[in-house]
Formats: sequence, structure tokens, C-alpha cells
Amino acid sequence: MICHCFGHTLDITALSQKIGQTARLMVGVPDYDTYVQHMQNTHPTQTPMTRPAFFANRQAARFAGGGMRCC
Amino acid sequence: MTLSDFLPKRRNQTAISILLTLLATISLGVIATARAEPVNAVWLVAAALSVHALGYRIYSRFIATRVLALNPARITPAQAHNDGLDYVPTNRAVLFGHHFAAIAGAGPLVGPVLAAQMGYLPGTLWILGGVVFAGSVQDFLVLVFSVRRDGRSLGDMIRSEMGALAGTVASVGVLMIMMILLAVLALIVVKALAHSPWGVFTVAATLPIAVLMGCYCRFFRPHGVLEISGVGVALLLGAIFLGGQVAASPYWAPVFTLSAPTLCWLLIGYGFIASVLPVWLLLAPRDYLSTFLKIGTIAALAVGILVVHPVLHMPPITRFIDGSGPVFAGKIFPFLFITIACGAVSGFHALVSSGTTPKLLASEPDARLIGYGAMLTESFVAIMALIAASVIDPGAYFAMNAPAALIGHTATDAARTISGWGFAITPDTLNGLAHDVGEQTILSRAGGAPTLAVGMAHILSSVIGGRALMAFWYHFAILFEALFILTTVDAGTRVARFMIQDALGALAPALRRTDSWPANVLATAIAVGGWGFFLVQGVNDPLGGINTLWPLFGIANQMLAAIALIFCTVVLFRMKRGRYAWIAGLPAAWLSLCTLTAGFQKLFSPDIKIGFLTHAQTYAASRDSGTLLAPATSIADMTRIITNDRIDAAMIGLFMAVVITMILCGIAAIRAARANPSLSIREVVHDLPLLRPHT
Repeated sequence: MICHCFGHTLDITALSQKIGQTARLMVGVPDYDTYVQHMQNTHPTQTPMTRPAFFANRQAARFAGGGMRCC
Repeated sequence: MTLSDFLPKRRNQTAISILLTLLATISLGVIATARAEPVNAVWLVAAALSVHALGYRIYSRFIATRVLALNPARITPAQAHNDGLDYVPTNRAVLFGHHFAAIAGAGPLVGPVLAAQMGYLPGTLWILGGVVFAGSVQDFLVLVFSVRRDGRSLGDMIRSEMGALAGTVASVGVLMIMMILLAVLALIVVKALAHSPWGVFTVAATLPIAVLMGCYCRFFRPHGVLEISGVGVALLLGAIFLGGQVAASPYWAPVFTLSAPTLCWLLIGYGFIASVLPVWLLLAPRDYLSTFLKIGTIAALAVGILVVHPVLHMPPITRFIDGSGPVFAGKIFPFLFITIACGAVSGFHALVSSGTTPKLLASEPDARLIGYGAMLTESFVAIMALIAASVIDPGAYFAMNAPAALIGHTATDAARTISGWGFAITPDTLNGLAHDVGEQTILSRAGGAPTLAVGMAHILSSVIGGRALMAFWYHFAILFEALFILTTVDAGTRVARFMIQDALGALAPALRRTDSWPANVLATAIAVGGWGFFLVQGVNDPLGGINTLWPLFGIANQMLAAIALIFCTVVLFRMKRGRYAWIAGLPAAWLSLCTLTAGFQKLFSPDIKIGFLTHAQTYAASRDSGTLLAPATSIADMTRIITNDRIDAAMIGLFMAVVITMILCGIAAIRAARANPSLSIREVVHDLPLLRPHT
């Protein structure tokens, strides 16, 4: 979806994807599609984790030792 | 698409800077010279935004190009170790959101509220000056240095650049600040929830809601974190409405009316359980709720201030700059500079900037927006908190923040005392305000959260709902703060537990195993005991606890900032950039001066309200002669007060020893770097992206 406003071209779909990615990364979950893309490009012989496994892996990593947020 | 796409390009950059300078000068002039009539908050917003923009455009560019020579061709850890998991080159707007969510917490909301007792001007000047020349510089430098060292942590970097002694001392410092931080945060929650059935009900409701979300993510749709968070937030809003019914019910209200000591023990028990439970059940889902609620509320407050453009009723400067203030004791120097830590400069950010963010940075020059820029945004949050505290009636502000030992327990006594200080207020106004926000009393609710909640309710109810929704907005604000404070308490307890296990592992290697239940429970008990001790002390403190604990926390946090900035200074010398070392060296010197002066006064001041040792001596002399001093009601009370004073004094002494050791290690490292004709930094340089198989 493309929106033309104030002389700018705004790609609403891309923008909402970015907002979704930002929101997920805020709670420690990076982009799954980027991960799958990376696995296909650099490790084509390995099977990437499924979406649920990827989520569980990232959730565990966020609170394993680190996970420090500020006051 | 990035932020820069929305900004005008290739316009006359100088003209923009000159306009910003004019705007900053005029706005600061308006807020600084206001005497007779109240100033509009919009001037404060304009001053903040233009100072931030100038700092970003001029100072951060100077640091990025001249001092650090950021290089887009240099391989970042995210590129070198790209694994799609921990190391992912990330769009800078997305990473900005991640980094900001990690650094923003309760700190920038509480400190400015407490500092408002001196008027809004001193706090504003320190927040703006501090962030441009110290806070943002620290976050930016530590981020870049970590990126150039493969994303290593602050402790690791200090050990490799400054030696083992400095590394160990810094680690001990971090553990101590964690204990004080968790205690003071938990105390803020206790102060906000004591005798408030509405507040206790809504905060308790977050537990089943979080467990529901956790089970959904675990068993139904593991990646549906955004949709279930939306449901969670909706349920929370429902819980706030229900809380109003609970508070009005003659049967349920007493069930949820808890005293401060009860809440204190509940929190300690809860902190222990929450940090040994599996994270997916409680900690992670509450983390989602608190993160999204935090970002949403900050945005709503910014919109609210711009729409309502409220008037600041607090004077720019009050008589309490002389050090006699009821909220915290001590003069403007050094105590203003440790009371407002986060928002101007926060040592804790050095841990975040050397945590996950450096592993996600796609390109070195992005560090400017993320390191420097995100801290400017946090500083803006601090300005909004200062505005929220300054829009309420100053008399009500002091009624909420002064301890009962000074203003008494009834609205009549409080109104008389506070009017005597020159801030006219009637008992009816105080009772009316308590009624409006749905509480029995608003007296002596120190800790910042309730004051901020009243200010936010004032602003937000002007946008939506009017007076009818004031109580809803008040409890919304309390819930939002309690939620992310409790998430920090759980996560912080876990972090402290891992640090303690690491330290215990040096004595008995079996204790280091994080999957071992006995080791886990032992280290968690030590961590909870550490902050729980200071929490119990704060809850029983006749002066309200915040009075005692917030300065300890401020000194600790600024001590950590001093450590981080000393490290940055050393690295600049080792990079042979010594001629620019002042950008970190001057703020490091200033923070060392503030923490050491504040520490010295907290130890040795003859003023019983400031000096821990004087306080202990007075009570000890009185106990020995067999007389009780208020609020002690027994000799055992007297002994407890004296012991607390001495433990607090010992903590301060330790903090000062840490700072002094780090200064000496820093000087030694700088001398060694200057004597060495070549570069001595320990950076990691990647020629090509490494393709490492997954292990």
C-alpha cells in the first residue's frame, strides 16, 4: 500500500513491517525472516529453526545472564 | 525508510543551527526570568528540543567525525558474526527503538520529580547540560568502543584496557549499585501501593494476565507476541476499571488494603519466586507488557503536554536550594547532580550500550543516532517528568513528597506546615485531590511515582475524560510505573544472581552452574537478601526511606557513570586521541567531584539530616543516657536505627573507595599510554565478514 502525502511517497506496508520489527526487537525477538534468509544464504545445508523454536531460543537468550535493562 | 528520509536535505545547515540557537536562547530566557506569573510548559519543551537538536547536530557530529572518525567501511560485529540471532545487522530506526526501550526506565521519571523541590529551573539546566556533555557522550563512546571490541561488555573492556584491578573493582561497584537500585525501586512501589486497594488490585492483576500471556506464547502461538500483548494491555485497562469497583466495595477494599511492611515482605517473597521460575511463565510476558505500556505512555504524555500546554505552577527556583528541603536534604551542589541521575547521565546505560546493542549495529556511523540520540530522547522523558511534577499545585507537591515526620498525619496539619513554608494550600484542596484520584490520602507518598501520576492524570484527563476520569488516569500511571519497576526488579535479581554465582564459582566451582537448583536458590537468596535488607530499612525509616535511599542510589549510579567515562578517557589516550580526551575527561572529573563531595557530606556532615555518622552518634549518645529519640519507641528501635546508619555509611565509604581506585587506575593507565609512542588499544579488526559454522 502506497500513500502520497506532503510530497513524500510513503509505503504503508513497509512502514508497518518496520514498526512490527521494532516492537518485537524491543522485547528481544529479532526478525524471523531475516534469520531464515541468513540461514539460506550462508548455511544452505542446515535446516533453520522453526518459528516457535526461534521464539523460544530468543526468549531464553534474553534472560540468560544478561537481560539487563536500565532503571 | 529511515528517520532521515523525513528530514529536509541539503538545506542551509548553518541557518538551521542559528535558528535553533535563537529558539533555545529565547525559551531558556523565558523560563529563567519568569518571576511574577507562571510560565507555560511549552517553553520548557521548546528549550529542551532545541538544545537537544543543537547537541545532536553540532557536538555529536564533532565526536563522530573528529574524535572517533567513525568509518562506514569498518566491519561491525553484526556483519562479522552475522548469525541471524545474537548478531544481526539491524536497520538503524529499528535498533533505535530497541536501544531506547532498554535504557528508558523509572530513573528519569523519579529523579526530576524529587528535584522539583528546588524549582524547575535547576533541574532543567542540569538535565539539558548534563545530557549534551555527559550522558549522551558516555552512551555514544561506550557503544562505539564496544562495537570496535567485538561487542564486549563494559567490565571486560575495563579489564583489558585498564588492568585486572580496575576490572574487579568496577565489577564490585556494579553489584553494589544493583542492590541499592533494586531496593530503591521496590521502595517506590511500596510507597505508591501502601493503603491503596485500587493500586494493589491492579498490580496484582498483572500476575494472572502475564501468566495467561506466557502460556499463550508457550503453548499456542509462540510468535504471537504482539497480538497477545495487545490483549494483555486491554485486560490491564479492564483491571484498572475493576480496581475502582474494588476500592469502592466495603467487602473487597479491606482485602486489598495493605500496609507498607506487609507489601515489603510480599515483594521480597515475590522477587525470590519470580526470579527462580521459568522466564516464559511470568518474567518474559510481563516484560512485554511493561515495555509496550512504557513506550505508549511516554508517547501519550508527550502528546498530552503538547495538546494541553499546561502552566507550570512550581516556581522556577524555591527557597529549598539552600539544602533545607523536605524531599531530600542537601544543597544544590552536589545533591541536585546525584538526585537527577538518569535523564542527565546514567552509569547504567554503559551496561546497556555494551550489551546487546553493539551486536546489532549495521554500520559504525549509526552509533551516533543510537548512542547519542537515544539518550537525548531519555533526557526528554526526564523533562516531561519535571513538567508533570511542576503543573500540580506546589502545596500539593510538598504534601505528597514530604515525610509524615515533618508534616504530620492529617490534611489539616500538613496544610498548616506547608503553608508556613510559603506554599499556600488548604486542607480541603488536599482532601479534594485525594478524592479526585480515588485515594484516601495523598500525604507523604514520597518516591516520585504518585506525584508523577497526579501530574500525568492532570494532563491526560484534560485530553480525555475530564475530572471524571482523573482517578482512572492516576491509577493507570501508578500501574505503568509499578509494572516496569517490578520487571526491572525481577530481571535485576536474575542478573545479580548470575553475577553472584560467577563470584561464588571462584570459591566452589559447583556453585557456578546455572542449571543447579541448590546453587540457583543460594545465589538468588543472596541477591534478594541484599536488596531486601535495604528495602526493609527504607520501609521502617521514619523519614520515609526515599530520603535515605535515593541519595545512595544517585551516588552509586553517578559513580558508575564516572567509571565508564574514566574508561572512555583512557581509551582515547590509548588511541592517541589525547587532545580530544576532554570530551570524556571533563564529565568524568565533574561526576567524580559530585559523587565524592556528596559521599563525604553523607558521611561526615554535622547536619543530622545529611550525615549518617552524625545521626548515628546522636542516637547512640541518647541511647547511652537512656532517653528515646522519636520515632524510636524502644531501645531496640534505637539500636536498629544506629545499625542502619552505620551500614549506609559503610556503603558510601565503599562507593568512594571504588571511585578513588578507578581514578588512580585511570591516571596510571593514561600515563602509561602517553609514555607509549604507539597505539595501545585492544580493538578487534575484521578484514572480511567471517563465515563461522554454527556450533
